Amino acid sequence: MTSPGVARLAGVSLRYGKTTALDAIDLEIPSGCMAGLIGPDGVGKSSLLALVSGARRIQAGTVAVLGGDMADAGHRNALCPRIAYMPQGLGKNLYAALSVTENLTFFGRLFGQDRAEREERIATLLAATGLAAFADRPAGKLSGGMKQKLGLCCALIHDPDLLILDEPTTGVDPLSRRQFWRLIQTIRAGRPGMSVLVATAYMEEAESFDWLAAMDAGRILAQGSPQELLDHTKTPDLETAFIELLPQDKRQGHKALVVPPFVVREGEPPAIVAKGLTIRFGTFTAVDHVDFEIRRGEIFGFLGSNGCGKTTTMKMLTGLLPPSEGEAMLFGQKADAHNLETRKRVGFMTQAFSLYSELTVRQNLTLHAQLFHLPTAEIAPRVAEMLTRFDLTDQADTLPDQLPLGLRQRLSLAVAVIHRPEMLILDEPTSGVDPVARDSFWELLIDLSRNQGVTIFISTHFMNEGERCDRISLMHAGRVLASDTPAKLVEQRGKSNLEDAFIDCLEEATGKEQTAVPDRPAAAPSPPPQASPRTGSYDLRRSLLRLWAYADHETREMLRDPVRLVVSLLGSVLLLFVLGYGITFDVENLKFAVLDRDQSPESRDYIQNMAGSRYFIEQPPLADAAELDRRMAGGDLSLALSIPPDFGKDLRRGRVVEIGVWVDGAMPFRGETVRGYIEGLNTLYLQQLALRTQGVVTGMPAAGTQVRYRYNQDFRSLYAMVPGVIPLMLIFIPSIMMALGVVREKELGSITNLYVTPVTRLEFLLGKQLPYVAVSMVSYFGMMAVSVFVFEVPLKGSFLLLSGAALVFVTVTTDIGLLISSFAKTQIAALALTAISTLLVTVTFSGLTTPVSSLQGPGAFLGAVFPVTFFINICRGIFTKALGFGELWPNFLALAAYAPALTLLSVALLPKQEK
Amino acid sequence: MRRLVNIYRLGTKEFYSLWHDKILLVVICWVFTGGIYVIGTATSQELHNAPIAIVDEDASSLSVRLIQAFYGPYFQTPSLIPLTAMDHELDAGRSIFVLDIPPDFERDVLAGKQPDIQVNIDATCMSQAFIGAVYIQNILANEVAAFVAWGQETPKSPITLATRVKFNPNLTSSWFGSVMEIINNITLLSILLVGTALVREREHGTLEHLLVMPLSATEILLAKIWPTSLVILVSVTISLYGVVRGALGVPLAGSIPLFLCGTLLQFFATACIGIFLGTISRNMPQFGLLMILVILPLQMLSGSISPRESMPVAVQDIMLAAPTTHFVNLAQAILYRGADFSLVWPRFVAIAAIGAVFFGLALALFRRSLAQSR
Repeated sequence: MTSPGVARLAGVSLRYGKTTALDAIDLEIPSGCMAGLIGPDGVGKSSLLALVSGARRIQAGTVAVLGGDMADAGHRNALCPRIAYMPQGLGKNLYAALSVTENLTFFGRLFGQDRAEREERIATLLAATGLAAFADRPAGKLSGGMKQKLGLCCALIHDPDLLILDEPTTGVDPLSRRQFWRLIQTIRAGRPGMSVLVATAYMEEAESFDWLAAMDAGRILAQGSPQELLDHTKTPDLETAFIELLPQDKRQGHKALVVPPFVVREGEPPAIVAKGLTIRFGTFTAVDHVDFEIRRGEIFGFLGSNGCGKTTTMKMLTGLLPPSEGEAMLFGQKADAHNLETRKRVGFMTQAFSLYSELTVRQNLTLHAQLFHLPTAEIAPRVAEMLTRFDLTDQADTLPDQLPLGLRQRLSLAVAVIHRPEMLILDEPTSGVDPVARDSFWELLIDLSRNQGVTIFISTHFMNEGERCDRISLMHAGRVLASDTPAKLVEQRGKSNLEDAFIDCLEEATGKEQTAVPDRPAAAPSPPPQASPRTGSYDLRRSLLRLWAYADHETREMLRDPVRLVVSLLGSVLLLFVLGYGITFDVENLKFAVLDRDQSPESRDYIQNMAGSRYFIEQPPLADAAELDRRMAGGDLSLALSIPPDFGKDLRRGRVVEIGVWVDGAMPFRGETVRGYIEGLNTLYLQQLALRTQGVVTGMPAAGTQVRYRYNQDFRSLYAMVPGVIPLMLIFIPSIMMALGVVREKELGSITNLYVTPVTRLEFLLGKQLPYVAVSMVSYFGMMAVSVFVFEVPLKGSFLLLSGAALVFVTVTTDIGLLISSFAKTQIAALALTAISTLLVTVTFSGLTTPVSSLQGPGAFLGAVFPVTFFINICRGIFTKALGFGELWPNFLALAAYAPALTLLSVALLPKQEK
Repeated sequence: MRRLVNIYRLGTKEFYSLWHDKILLVVICWVFTGGIYVIGTATSQELHNAPIAIVDEDASSLSVRLIQAFYGPYFQTPSLIPLTAMDHELDAGRSIFVLDIPPDFERDVLAGKQPDIQVNIDATCMSQAFIGAVYIQNILANEVAAFVAWGQETPKSPITLATRVKFNPNLTSSWFGSVMEIINNITLLSILLVGTALVREREHGTLEHLLVMPLSATEILLAKIWPTSLVILVSVTISLYGVVRGALGVPLAGSIPLFLCGTLLQFFATACIGIFLGTISRNMPQFGLLMILVILPLQMLSGSISPRESMPVAVQDIMLAAPTTHFVNLAQAILYRGADFSLVWPRFVAIAAIGAVFFGLALALFRRSLAQSR
């Protein structure tokens, strides 16, 4: 190992808030070999790999990879095509809705490969990994092992010089794990120059690596070849060596675990019985006729890979999922979600940490004690007891997020047993926990089982934990392959240990042909046809290809979520219907009542004049002033009239009479309109009266007015509303879909592809935006069809011009979504921010109901600059006024200016590295 | 009793959640304070600062008098434009009203020829066009009458109207806009907060954890609703006293505690709609889309933007199934008209009934949605 290291770290530190992930690390990773980082979860392995791959921003120190400084953006970009990074988590950077081939195509495009080159490489890789048979299966429906193989294919598609794998085999069954490493060996044989950097928590895997660095608490404990580490610590295997390397205080109290034998108490009914337990999700059978019986006080283990049905079986036992077939019995009673009494006898610990991260350790314990109705006086002592017993006293007032995984799991167990359950159901409780913490966790379990008679049903993918169980079931693809004591299973298979026995079972069950990995090294990708320079000048064709990769992926994802597609296409048309018909400013059918103190023919005539108009509907008359007040207060009447006594007499005598009019001003717009109506009707009545009684028209004004309602002669709200509602629909749905589309990548983890591949931020954003612009345009055409053909709102101006404006507008509205997504971290925040920021301003300030010119204060400013205002102007102008570009250009200009401005702002705000 | 204790205990945890979500806290604070203030000061659906232009072809003392008759707060100072610019003025949307005073107008008036002034109105501005027309006609008639009757007493109309506007004598729109915006906020936030919390907790597995404990689904759902409703209730109270009554100076006629009771019921009903949406959507984008689909009609057709009476009967009937319709009615009755419980109790019943129906639906779908989340 004389060649210069593939990566060199000097004084590298990394902090997340108060937590230190890496603490002044100096490390040189040798090139051209298999280098491994070993250590449990949360010691900084992933952080270190993220820094080396360029996915995370360097906070302190220097990281040099392949001869360049990773703090330098130019070097990072040039390096992207030479590094491949496979993040932690099964298929984390893959797209679950896309098929195997589509995922590979996506990555091929990101690295600028043209069709011929891409297809050739994909074919080679699929053949090499044995995935060819599943080329059309969605990535989300692959088993854990296959997902990791696909991840590897995606990483290898561009022939990297440095392959970075973060815990590639965690949660994968032992057979797939073995195949995975064989595959890596084959590929390395084909490309000897490639460096591989792996992080793993499985010590036995690491034994075959060329070079290792053992990590703990953000520091390097030791480095060297596996043999050097063993020699140094004078231990027989790496797991013991690692424990030996740990600082003194962590090793304290660690001793080899002894499991006292389980004594079967005869005549006791079994605690858990499963008979033919089956569950199907659609056509997929997740659990297939599983049978077992667990005796009281027994530790029963479930072994298998991720997605083999362990968790689902456990959920059926707790009653969370109703089985499609068969039954599960707990304490002789059918597992039933509604049986609260059984639940009190069971403690449950789910796979993911599912306690409240916003409550402290003590608060979590107390809350659960309360919810299980421990007597109030007992709660405090019991919580204190649990804190002592699980050694959490020092952390009692810490939030769980700040605790290492091992401690969090201990807290979960403490919560699960706080109510002294007779049975514990634990779903992978030790996943990702370091060996020492795992052993101390098992000590607690053994104590519960042997000394307190608690039945324990536990699932795990660690073989050495399986060996500690009284009995185990080996599970694969929803079926139990074998079930017995660990010793007997090993014996039956004629193997030396449980792992080999399990692999033997798996091979028998799945058949050789499906899992075989071709051994020929030639299958590994040969040196690239060298189609392109790896570094250097900007290439438009490749840039468009990367953009297209994202656009294509987003489109496919949308097409495969029918609910999203239908709602986004038809939702706007539906809303246009509802709002177009619903919102109207033609004030009609107002309710009024009269307090008629005269009851003369004249007063009745006057009332009739009112009731006869289309604006007013007469309600039962009022008896007195109190009733007037009461009915107006109740909102029954918009208008009340009070006709004085002797109205008729006075009118005949020519005296001036005064009618009392009360208008409901609660809704000012309506009040104002009512006032206008009533004055008009009064004038009209007087003219008719004069004509009838005197035969002449009197009181006519000296001048008249001739009112012309322009653009909308019939004065129909529909004509004014429809061109306003279309812009409304084109902002909410596109902006929300866009914002969630990007933030979703952040939450699900596939955003890593932006960090470590050559795709630029602009390509990423535009690529994601294109499909949403297209969908929005389709819904725009749908709305236009409804407006013109169903509502029969005449489109007076140019359809082409309006469509052009709509295209610019949906670009701007999706840009708003992009902008919000560039800083919102969670989907909830993105949803809330988008909804609040667009809804209010659009509905109130953009001229939909009130002309912008009539606004004042900050609202007037918002209205004047908000892009919706311009599009409403354009839409109304073209729809109702037949205006052309000549009149509308200022609006076009303002609207068009937003698109590049918002895009650039989003690009600036979206980090190209994780902070 | 035991159930109440469970609901209480489980609910207290929500306060911690909200406290940790600073973005949402800022959003809630803003929409109930600054947001209300901006709306209260900015909007007016009735005539306010309406842009008007006048073509004066007469240039007489009467026409000058007419031009001077248009001033604030209803109209902006009229801009004088030539006849040829009239169409463009309206096309460009610079003015909503353009008046054309014909040549020889004053002479014809004095000669008793009753000449007409042409009033051109941009009818795409529905809310202001009609009211503006009425105002303009009144102003013109009064001015012309006063001009003609120079020095004499104008003949009195045989029937005069003593018009009093109840509950909002000057028809100030901030009175209306501010309170309606509070209602819109309650609707939006209740659906958003409760619905997204449900979708998120399901994704994080914390809901499952609760379901294996001795808690019923009813308890879990109610524990999700009450803490948020309390936060909203406090925000609404602060907003009503501090912003609406304090900063905007809107006199609130009725009993605020009675209104707050209604707010609580309304929150319950819309939160149940949020939970219902949360149970039927499989991921956050779906929830976001469904939310928009529900929120817009709830806000825009409830009577808080345009009068309910004028909507088509079918829409009116359908909207009776929406809690917001009843709540808008209730809010107007209590806050503006000072109505007491004896007048508004049917609205309380209606909101409670709608809430109960959605709660039942949500409960029925709740477990099913958990099974689907896998």
